[in-house]
Amino acid sequence: MQLSRPARIALRVAAGLGFAVIYVPLLLVLVNSLSPDRSASWPPPGLTTRWWSTAWHSSGAREALWTSVKAGLGATAIALVLGTLVAFAVARYRFFGRDALSFVVVLPIALPGIVTGIALNSAFSTVLEPLGVGLGLFTVVVGHATFCVVIVFNNVVARLRRTSGTYEEAAADLGADTFRAFVDVTFPLVRSALLAGGLLAFALSFDEIVVTTFTAGPGVQTLPLWIFDNMTRPQQAPVVNVVAAVLVLLSVVPIYVAQRLSADTATATRV
Amino acid sequence: MALLTRTAGALHRRPRLRLALLLTAPLLWLAVLYLGSLAVLFVSAFWTTDSFTSEVVKVWSTDNFHELFTTPVFRQVILRSVGVALAVTALCAVIAFPVAFYTARIAKPSRRPLLVVAILTPLWASYLVKVYAWRLILSEGGLADWLLKPLGLSGPGFGLPATVLTLTYLWLPYMILPIHTALEQLPDNLLDASADLGARAGRTFRSVVLPMVLPSVTAGSVFTFSLSLGDYITVQIVGGKSQLIGNLVYANIELNLPMAAALATVPVVVIVLYLLAMRRTGALSSL
Repeated sequence: MQLSRPARIALRVAAGLGFAVIYVPLLLVLVNSLSPDRSASWPPPGLTTRWWSTAWHSSGAREALWTSVKAGLGATAIALVLGTLVAFAVARYRFFGRDALSFVVVLPIALPGIVTGIALNSAFSTVLEPLGVGLGLFTVVVGHATFCVVIVFNNVVARLRRTSGTYEEAAADLGADTFRAFVDVTFPLVRSALLAGGLLAFALSFDEIVVTTFTAGPGVQTLPLWIFDNMTRPQQAPVVNVVAAVLVLLSVVPIYVAQRLSADTATATRV
Repeated sequence: MALLTRTAGALHRRPRLRLALLLTAPLLWLAVLYLGSLAVLFVSAFWTTDSFTSEVVKVWSTDNFHELFTTPVFRQVILRSVGVALAVTALCAVIAFPVAFYTARIAKPSRRPLLVVAILTPLWASYLVKVYAWRLILSEGGLADWLLKPLGLSGPGFGLPATVLTLTYLWLPYMILPIHTALEQLPDNLLDASADLGARAGRTFRSVVLPMVLPSVTAGSVFTFSLSLGDYITVQIVGGKSQLIGNLVYANIELNLPMAAALATVPVVVIVLYLLAMRRTGALSSL
């Protein structure tokens, strides 16, 4: 389509504005963490790194960060196992209910978080509480793992669809048994997809707030819960600003690593 | 070692056994734990609550749904939530189109992958931090006020417009990406043919580009619509006093779980209806 020069320029400007809208809020968070003022007034009256050192010593933020890391690692480990199992079943076998299974895998992330959250919450309180297990970090891990499965599944299934099963057959023809073929042939093929999927699953768990609200017991506070709790407290505002800035900086990591790891996760989204 | 070899042989000869081993754990987790909890939740929507003790009475009744459709507040909030979700979707489509057009057809081909990454990266920034950023922007004396001051205006403050803006910001990449993909795959010769037949840019856009990109807009709208409909955190942070359906669910959980469950079915039903409507347009196959 031959666009006129003014039209091209207009589109360029519109796209520039679009990208500005996407990135200005993130930059604002970074700048705001350096503002000496407790309020969010713009422009900031000066720049200081004072709050960064305050935040470094904030025990609440540190504890919440550690809880988030533990929950993320637990959920990622479970999601890696379950997601890989489903991916192999769906990609390498034909069976009754295969489409339904792929649908069920997506469901926890497709439904609103609050629905998944209260469903798990009431299930935990009716099933676990009589057994003497209350809500806690364990239930957070279970909740997060449920919606992280789809991320690993998507990554691994995409890889398996691109690599046919003939490699395993060739390994078998050459005398490798099922385990040997998996260790020497299949696993190396899916390794980077697993890494990328695991990383993205961790990032998703690390960021989740809604399901966490309903599955975390008293005293278990992940980083998003901590931010949400402290966001409206003027006293804590500077520390929240720094934590937010750190999270903005960290968000580059998953996309960068996923990019390096595998081509089919390069355009991976969270759904 | 011998046992391992024997197991391997047994597995190799029995594909059904392999499949069963693969599926047992995931099915227990997803079908029993997850679908089971969901089923119980939706069944409990038909139970009631003793208004004195707040205890759930497990007697089948449709009272909750009756209340849902007859109480003015509930009806208002449901309509408001659907309205917000539609407004967010429309805004996303309008903003996403020029951005996607630029990244897919105007930018130099060598730069395009980088631009796609630039669209994707904010998706991985924390949801809460992005909402917080908008709280900073829209707060009194914040960036919005500062930008609009020379024009004699002030920012929208916290409220429903702020909620729509923030949600649009959150889900925009989900709309840009499918449109970008569709525009990128648009064959050049179709556009050339249109031009050869005498169509100007505007006509080509209406008759060739738009019909071919529309399914992707629909695909993107599935994300923007359903993500907005289920959200209740954003409206708590930037929505002032406004309430959406998620807030009502949240408010009812402690005292009246059956009512909360009944309310929670609303977004699910609306999303399913939306998906079915979109499926008729054939857009979902491009997801």
